[in-house]
Amino acid sequence: MNTEQTALLMEAEDGASLWHDAWLRLRKNRAAVTGGVVLVIMVVLAILTPWIAPYGYETQNLDLGATPPSAAHWLGTDIFGRDLLTQILYGGRISLAVGFIATAVALVIGVTWGAVAGYVRGRIDSVMMRFVDILYALPFMIFIILLMVVFGRNILLLFLAIGAVEWLTMARIMRTQVQSLRQQEFVEAAVSLGLPPSAIIFKHIIPNALGPIIVYTTLTIPSVMLLEAFLSFLGLGIQPPQTSWGLLISYGAETMEEYPWLLIFPGMALTITLFSLNFLGDGLRDALDVRGSKD
Amino acid sequence: MLRFIFWRLLQAIPVIFVVITATFFLVRSAPGGPFDSEKAVLPEVKRALEAQYKLDLPLHEQYIAYLGDLSNGDLGPSFKYPGRSVNEILGSGLPVTAELGLYALSFALLIGVLAGVFAALRPNTRQDYIPMGLAMIGICMPSFLLGPLLVLVFGIYLDWLPIAGWGDLPGDKILPSITLGSAYAAYIARLSRAGMLEILSQDYIRTARAKGLPEWRVVTQHALRGGLIPVIAFLGPAFAGLLAGSFVVETIFQIPGLGRFYVQAAFNRDYTMILGTTVFLSTLIVFFNLISDVIAAWLNPRLRAQFKGGA
Repeated sequence: MNTEQTALLMEAEDGASLWHDAWLRLRKNRAAVTGGVVLVIMVVLAILTPWIAPYGYETQNLDLGATPPSAAHWLGTDIFGRDLLTQILYGGRISLAVGFIATAVALVIGVTWGAVAGYVRGRIDSVMMRFVDILYALPFMIFIILLMVVFGRNILLLFLAIGAVEWLTMARIMRTQVQSLRQQEFVEAAVSLGLPPSAIIFKHIIPNALGPIIVYTTLTIPSVMLLEAFLSFLGLGIQPPQTSWGLLISYGAETMEEYPWLLIFPGMALTITLFSLNFLGDGLRDALDVRGSKD
Repeated sequence: MLRFIFWRLLQAIPVIFVVITATFFLVRSAPGGPFDSEKAVLPEVKRALEAQYKLDLPLHEQYIAYLGDLSNGDLGPSFKYPGRSVNEILGSGLPVTAELGLYALSFALLIGVLAGVFAALRPNTRQDYIPMGLAMIGICMPSFLLGPLLVLVFGIYLDWLPIAGWGDLPGDKILPSITLGSAYAAYIARLSRAGMLEILSQDYIRTARAKGLPEWRVVTQHALRGGLIPVIAFLGPAFAGLLAGSFVVETIFQIPGLGRFYVQAAFNRDYTMILGTTVFLSTLIVFFNLISDVIAAWLNPRLRAQFKGGA
């Protein structure tokens, strides 16, 4: 018996085996671990940006203009002589913030909605899920664009609009989880102890459904970031003077013939982050043994 | 089967109605009238304009009038291009976008299914990892990045293909179609791999192999039909995605299609145009979701039986 199996057996006695087991499996998945590490680095860079950015966000140098990568400007400068690395760092702050916050919005709405629907069952459940079905059929990309046009392009609305789209799948996954969980003895025990439904849902059911929630959350973040970049590319998302990776790619695409680095570096930043999140999500799914959560 | 189609149709009607109503009131609640931003217009002129576009009526009457026009297939006039109706503009854009979408989807299906089946035949070998790794790149590389990169490499550095336009120069349809289709090729590859893996482990496949059928016939005649159900089910949502993708691709390659008109309308705050396009595109998307559901149900014997026995 090797050490890992021993560790597994020991953990099983503690009752924490599921998470430990998952952690061991995740650690062996090289792609997922790399993804996780890259992601942590990105987040740390984004948080520290104001202190580590080599130049000021608004610092221009019109005499310098657009220059390719050099010792002074590692990733080059744009036509206003602004340092591209600085721009990418600040853009990453926004892109990641949109990814995480909008996903959090989706998480809260979706988990609550799905948990309630799955728990109460009966007519309320079918009304709630029919509502989800109808929203599912709506062309949301078009609706987000519409919202951004009607209410002006502000970043708060962007969080809300994207979050409002992404909660649907979360609600469906949660409902399925709850339906199977609520038949188990520990929930019956909680019911017979006279706990109110809200306490049962939030204290007993949701913690036990964490696996699929974590996996799906990890996979939602990249799709949210992609959506933000898509909107910003079209000029309907993040607005100057703020910037995001999508916006930088859009500027880069305009001048790529003369200054290709302005397209390539922001593109790399976005692609690498999306890659990491997808690999981490896939790895988590395998590690936590969650099936059929990606539809 | 008829019963299934009937039920799905019945579900689609409230969805389209919700879309029309929500869009109408959203657009009408937008700050500023369509003629406010222009240079100072005489009050009489403004009133005449508003009367022409029925903006002087109370909101609910406007809504009813709009529904009436819609039921006759009239999407209304454009605010920004006087004299042109939304119908005309959509009519000129639709064939272009449809052609672009068709090429992109064909590219995606051809490459995606081939790669997925290929990978599923030898799972967890290099024959599996390479196409699936490429598929991951396809999923993570957004069209608005891939498009400019393709233009940069094939249009500018190698100078093989035109960098913009649609049907003006030979070969100018290739880059937009690939740009739009590649993400779907990637998804389809993953879906068909998963579907094929599941089917290939079933008993009837073992039977077919035991009969001594050559492998390619096992795959094409027995496995493909079941293995591609997930792909078919994906085509409905993919259609919505293709439309959204056409917004970007048509902007990058300056293609005069629906997507570009929609983005321009959104930019110009051409409210009737937005309203009309949204209603039109939404109906299309709901309709295609319906078709893909019906085809998926028809391909899946279990679902078919379920609906024969009554929902």
